[in-house]
Amino acid sequence: MNKKSAFRYISKKRRVKENRRFITGRGRFAADLKLSGMLHVAMVSSPFACAKIKSINVDQAIAVDGVHYVLTGAELAENISPLLSGLDLPDVKRLPLASGRARYAGEWVAAVVADTRHIAEDAAELVMVDYDMLDFVIDPEIAMKPDAPLVHPEKGDNIFFDKQWVWGDVDGDFSKAPHSLSLRARWSRCSTIPIETFAVTASWDDGREMLDIWASVQMPKYPEQIARALKLPASSVNVHFDVDVGGSYGLKRGIRQTVIVSYLTRKLRRPVRFIEDRIENMAGGEMHGPDRIFDMEVAYDDDGIMHSLKITATDDCGCYPGRAPLQLGKPVSAIVGPYRIKSAQYHARSVSTNKTSQEAVRGFGQAPTNFAIETVVDRIAKEMGIGREEIRRRNLIKSHEFPWRIPSGSEYDSGDYHTVLDKLMESANWDQLVTKRDVIRKQGKLAGIGLSTCLEPSGGNSSFEPLFNPKNNTTTWMESCLIKIDMLGGVSAMMGTSSSGQGHETLLAVSIGEVLERDPDTIRAIHADSVTALPSNSPVGSRMAIMLGGAAAGAAKKIKAQLLKIAAHNFQLPEDRLIYDGGDIFVDGDRERHLTWEQLVDIAHRQYHNMPIGTEPGLQAQHTWEVPTGGAMPADDGTVQMYPCYAFEAHVPLVSIDPDTGQVEICDYYIGHDCGTVINPDIVRGMTFGGIAHGIGAALYEKFQYDDSGQLQAGTFMDYLIPSSHEIPSVGMIKHFTPSPLTEFGQKGSGESGYLGAPAAIASAVNDALEPLGKSIETLPMRVRDIEALLNGNVETKIG
Amino acid sequence: MSCHKVSLTVNGAKYAENAEARMTLVDFLRDVLDLTGTHVGCEHGVCGACSVIFDGKPIRSCLIYAVMADGHDVITVEGLEEDDGSLSPLQDAFWENHAMQCGYCTPGMLIATHQLLQENPSPSESEIRDAIGGNLCRCTGYQQIVEAVQMAAKKIKDNCV
Repeated sequence: MNKKSAFRYISKKRRVKENRRFITGRGRFAADLKLSGMLHVAMVSSPFACAKIKSINVDQAIAVDGVHYVLTGAELAENISPLLSGLDLPDVKRLPLASGRARYAGEWVAAVVADTRHIAEDAAELVMVDYDMLDFVIDPEIAMKPDAPLVHPEKGDNIFFDKQWVWGDVDGDFSKAPHSLSLRARWSRCSTIPIETFAVTASWDDGREMLDIWASVQMPKYPEQIARALKLPASSVNVHFDVDVGGSYGLKRGIRQTVIVSYLTRKLRRPVRFIEDRIENMAGGEMHGPDRIFDMEVAYDDDGIMHSLKITATDDCGCYPGRAPLQLGKPVSAIVGPYRIKSAQYHARSVSTNKTSQEAVRGFGQAPTNFAIETVVDRIAKEMGIGREEIRRRNLIKSHEFPWRIPSGSEYDSGDYHTVLDKLMESANWDQLVTKRDVIRKQGKLAGIGLSTCLEPSGGNSSFEPLFNPKNNTTTWMESCLIKIDMLGGVSAMMGTSSSGQGHETLLAVSIGEVLERDPDTIRAIHADSVTALPSNSPVGSRMAIMLGGAAAGAAKKIKAQLLKIAAHNFQLPEDRLIYDGGDIFVDGDRERHLTWEQLVDIAHRQYHNMPIGTEPGLQAQHTWEVPTGGAMPADDGTVQMYPCYAFEAHVPLVSIDPDTGQVEICDYYIGHDCGTVINPDIVRGMTFGGIAHGIGAALYEKFQYDDSGQLQAGTFMDYLIPSSHEIPSVGMIKHFTPSPLTEFGQKGSGESGYLGAPAAIASAVNDALEPLGKSIETLPMRVRDIEALLNGNVETKIG
Repeated sequence: MSCHKVSLTVNGAKYAENAEARMTLVDFLRDVLDLTGTHVGCEHGVCGACSVIFDGKPIRSCLIYAVMADGHDVITVEGLEEDDGSLSPLQDAFWENHAMQCGYCTPGMLIATHQLLQENPSPSESEIRDAIGGNLCRCTGYQQIVEAVQMAAKKIKDNCV
């Protein structure tokens, strides 16, 4: 379905509203805020993987000129409620500062407050913590053993979550299928770590009994969680969502950081700010991503058709179970990828180790799972001697089969995977890429072409919450918008969340402009404060195009209905005799009789005598809506509808590898992409290119490496390698638009696009390059040193 | 900690303010001069978010001390607009091409590419990639930044003809 657009503003080229302030240096980031009398925090971190905190002596630190306070974990623990866990684990308490026991190297044990950050850092070095080192565990598979050192001794083991679901006749399908294979794939600990660290300022006003917070945050229910931890009413916590967030991609939750400064501002009656430095961010900020071992087993027939899939995903959650273990849950929404697989078994294990905790990362666990599934598909192709494109064509769901229900209960809304693949193959010119690859090979390098076909579940119906925690009966994942038309006819729209680069202001303006037929550039979008804000579940789960766009359109329709009602009253005609055109309203067949937008607005605001009887004065409307297909608890067998909309992407990279150094270079990169109706083409392109860059990082460079003593070896950008403009190629993007039947304009999510298929595609390309040597790698990242070691090993084998 | 007078020119304006010896130039710009357009990313010279033009060359302002800027000339992102306050062709091209998302690395990207265009009005794609090779962006994958610089170069060239 690639009809010519019937939209006035949707899908059209339009400058992104937010950008003007960023190109002139006038963004307002959390660190830009200065409050009178503001104090600064530096953290004292544990140097050990696991240690008992015997005592903390703050005398020398507090004696430093300019130091106001040293907060220990013990004091904080006595005065706040533990932070919420995503799982039902009453014995595991998560606190902002370690108390009694420090469970990973880099964990914060005390916070020093001073006039400047410099002084706070000086004094932090003078805080004397007496530790007793304890046994620790870093390897998740060792952590699962009965005699492993315990991260949380009070729990009795290191298993945070362990559950297996069987959907469909898995045993039957495996026994009937003529072939099966198994493999292990490893996604290593990395994350979409942003350039801006987490920053937060809190200021308690005793007169208003109000805690004001400015934070670089992206988190559902953040104000409520702060209120709960501090035992305050939520109406006393005002989070200012108009702070520009310097990148997040899921990570910027910062609840620990916020509770610390909030406690301190209430205690000291001064504004308190904490901006993580890079090491505080990487080692103690608890912003790592999934760290996962996949044991995969697939049953397939002589044609390479997959019939059943078994996945055991063992995730090294790190120390505390915030929302991290739930990242094993989202993949249930697309557990068989875009393929017609009849049955599936999913064994999800979340294991605790002495590492910093995971937080939500772009895709919420879907990118690793997609990588594992695609590795299996490539392996079948190899075993059967079928092309990697052909094996996918045979297994992909066909366009006429939608809506398609997968074994785990989710129904995919729409798609046209074969056409996207056709268009991609035509643009990428696979045969020409093969020729190019072979030329590179002849020149003495290794070279390979990759392919992946993956899904992006979008919309943020997060029913993995009740699936993973029986005590959590949440089925509401809403979003809202309030539109006000002022007396002069100006349109303002309010959202109840912050943004970290997604362009929500543009999204609101375009969605409302489309419905009201008003120029989006004239529509102002506002981030409300939390006490005045509307119900929101924040920009997670690739949901805002769907949910905020839908809320905005819903509110705009209510405004339009009010205008029609006013016009009908003034013309003394039924509404179906009227035509709404660009904000003006005409009598059908008599365009001389009309009321302009300005006249209608004036009536609404100033002429109550011309308003229909009983009408509210003014023009404003709020729309809050529940995610489409949401609102249901999981069935007893674990089947549940998760995520309403499914975007599709197919990737084709060509890579070369230097056989001496193991250096991978990406020569060409193409993506075929279908996220339904696109609201703003530039935003979708940017999201996709950025997602591919994250994916290339995860596939080739980025790893939070720990050594045998439990020390983080990648705490800076010198050793945690973020790809630069040299490593990321120009990408050819081929678009296709299959509208979703579930959304206002046919849009699906694209906030995670690129990232969900790039790691799998790069791995596919590297393995194609290694194939002539009879080698393969199923572990990410495939770093220079890893490939070099593999290649050298190969040489030695040959010599041997 | 000893305090020193730092006299310097920033975006054409003269300033004379005190700074501790250990204060970095980026902290001085942000905290003392209230020029918060320049951002702090890594504080160890890798990410480039704190880039400023220092005597005509882009540098990382987290890697030098404020006292080292005494007597020198600095241009920050706030100084890139035209004299009449309108957007420069480069800023305009960044907007037109959506060469950013969160906007955090943007000041550093603008500084790096502003200087590139001063020195090389018709850069190739690989020269643009070289110029921003020391500036990390987590949002864009760099592509729209490269496109923006190409558009700005063309626009500047067309205007000169």
